[in-house]
Amino acid sequence: MAVKLEEESFDPAAEIARFEASLPVGSFGATASFVGTMRNHNEGDSVTAMTLEHYPGMTENQLEAVIEDAKKQWDIIDALIVHRVGEILPGNPIVLTAVCSAHRAAAFDACRFLMEALKSRATFWKKETLASGEQRWVEKNTPGY
Amino acid sequence: MAIKVKFFASLREQQPEGLNAVDADGIQTIADVWERATSTQLMPAHVLCSVNLEHREPHEAVKDGDEVAFFPPVTGG
Repeated sequence: MAVKLEEESFDPAAEIARFEASLPVGSFGATASFVGTMRNHNEGDSVTAMTLEHYPGMTENQLEAVIEDAKKQWDIIDALIVHRVGEILPGNPIVLTAVCSAHRAAAFDACRFLMEALKSRATFWKKETLASGEQRWVEKNTPGY
Repeated sequence: MAIKVKFFASLREQQPEGLNAVDADGIQTIADVWERATSTQLMPAHVLCSVNLEHREPHEAVKDGDEVAFFPPVTGG
């Protein structure tokens, strides 16, 4: 299990490759992943940057708990969550969830669960900078299901 | 005798800088901490809270030495 908060932009493909390489060769037959990327628009406005605030300590604990919950519900081998903090630019990855399992169903389902659970539970807050220079807090996440 | 207090995101910006603890004397619940820290009577319904890094409800008890945090709905991912 790995949870990583990154202050700099990260490469999701490289993270997935490292995650897979950390597991015993031949132990998994499926890897499912999701990458959330920063858009340059939101609610009809152009967005030029975003700052992600978090609660050090609590955020990591929650992400680890989300992975533990997934392991209780599905027969998975391991899971990875990588999440950005700090200043983010359009096109940058914000979050990566990845799950390895023997078969695809558990990997798909657990990966989706990780994303939905972290979006509703993990203590992150987004503040957008608009093209006009105005800054505003994102007040809520869009529903996932 | 103090309770650590933290605010995050928009709530942090609304509080005076340097506020990081309240006197624990007479404090029983998280809502009491809110009232003492913000000098307002009621904790808004949309405000979420935690004690010692765990999600909690406003009516739940706190004690001397706890770390209480207040924050708006989360928007990560």
